[in-house]
Amino acid sequence: MAEKINLEVVTPKGAIVSEEVDIVTAPGFAGEFGVLANHAPFLSTIKVGTLHYKKDGNDKELMISGGFCEVSNNKITFLVESAERGHEIDVDRALQAKERAEKRLLQTKEQLAKIDRTRAEAALQRALARLKIAQRQ
Amino acid sequence: MASLKDVKTKIGGVKKTSQITSAMNMVAAAKLRGAQQKMEDFRPYTEKFNQAMTSLSANMESGQFPLMEVRDVQTVEIVIVTSDRGLCGSFNSNIFKATEKLISQYEAEGKKVSLVCVGKKGNAFFKKTGKIRKAYTDIMGSFQMFNARSIAQDVAANFLAGEADKVHVVYGKFMSIAVQRPAMETLLPVQPEVNESEDAVEAGKGTGDYIYEPSPTEIMDVLLPLYMNVMIYHAMLETGASEHAARMTAMDNATRACKDMIDELTLLYNKARQAGITADLMDIVGGAEALKG
Repeated sequence: MAEKINLEVVTPKGAIVSEEVDIVTAPGFAGEFGVLANHAPFLSTIKVGTLHYKKDGNDKELMISGGFCEVSNNKITFLVESAERGHEIDVDRALQAKERAEKRLLQTKEQLAKIDRTRAEAALQRALARLKIAQRQ
Repeated sequence: MASLKDVKTKIGGVKKTSQITSAMNMVAAAKLRGAQQKMEDFRPYTEKFNQAMTSLSANMESGQFPLMEVRDVQTVEIVIVTSDRGLCGSFNSNIFKATEKLISQYEAEGKKVSLVCVGKKGNAFFKKTGKIRKAYTDIMGSFQMFNARSIAQDVAANFLAGEADKVHVVYGKFMSIAVQRPAMETLLPVQPEVNESEDAVEAGKGTGDYIYEPSPTEIMDVLLPLYMNVMIYHAMLETGASEHAARMTAMDNATRACKDMIDELTLLYNKARQAGITADLMDIVGGAEALKG
């Protein structure tokens, strides 16, 4: 068996994942990146999206919202504001959030302050990421 | 001397009070468990976060970030985290005392102080000083991260606008179930802890050959506001747990005081009852004697 890397996903609600895995793929600042065992030290900000990891041939995924990730000493740590597995996602709530955000983004620029726009965009991203995972279940 | 009936009513009243206080004690114990759990869940996040901050800031000039800029202090802002509810002993007043001390210290140096109150009690206490810039009430019950975020954003904006040159946070630190102490920390300008623990040293070792994505400076720009969220959320969690612990102790004391009072009153009641019986007997005996002629 190939070497493994220790994956940890930590949120303000505690550690969600702490496992030895084969590969981790995550949405980084400069696009999707993959990390295998013995990766060089690495620090990146994380975008809202899906975190994939493979353990003993099984694919697993998590919805993660923004934060950052650090790789060092064969250990990859994600510090994110929230992390959810597919079955934990409330689809109705995500759908509502999506509609709400879309409606808000349709408003003209004058009606929408810049800060509201960024907030709505972030909310939309989160809702889409949640739905994507939930629908795959 | 109080009449028998008065004493009896009073015993009843005190009993009712002790029922309430012991119920409050149990509620506080249950809530404390929840708050403590949240605090423990949050700890790994804080630790990892501080590690990353330390290793990042080790090879960076602190002057280039507005949130880390050390200015000549003219105005000071203090974020006071108190509870929303009373009946928790001297918990809140200890925080007030610590804050007042800090305020008078700064004012003695001729600096202007403004306050941001988190929690109803702090707002009520400092209202008459007219120093409150903003108050957040009724948010201590639920511990939501977005509450902490909006406070952090507001405080950061105020700092960046130059309205405050230094920001402190005062909160009730949870030492143990029996001990809670007011604690003060500096929020802004951000000064990452330089601790010499093994973890920090180890984290610092690898920093030279890290790959950063985007550049360290840009990562820092993302991290700094997050760091403030973490600090404020941490203060809120600590205060919450301390509040419940303090209320538990206070209610325990109150229940005990009620018990003592009931004992005393029962003694009084029995004495009065006995005195009544004796007087009645005296009457009967006296009457019988008189009849004998």
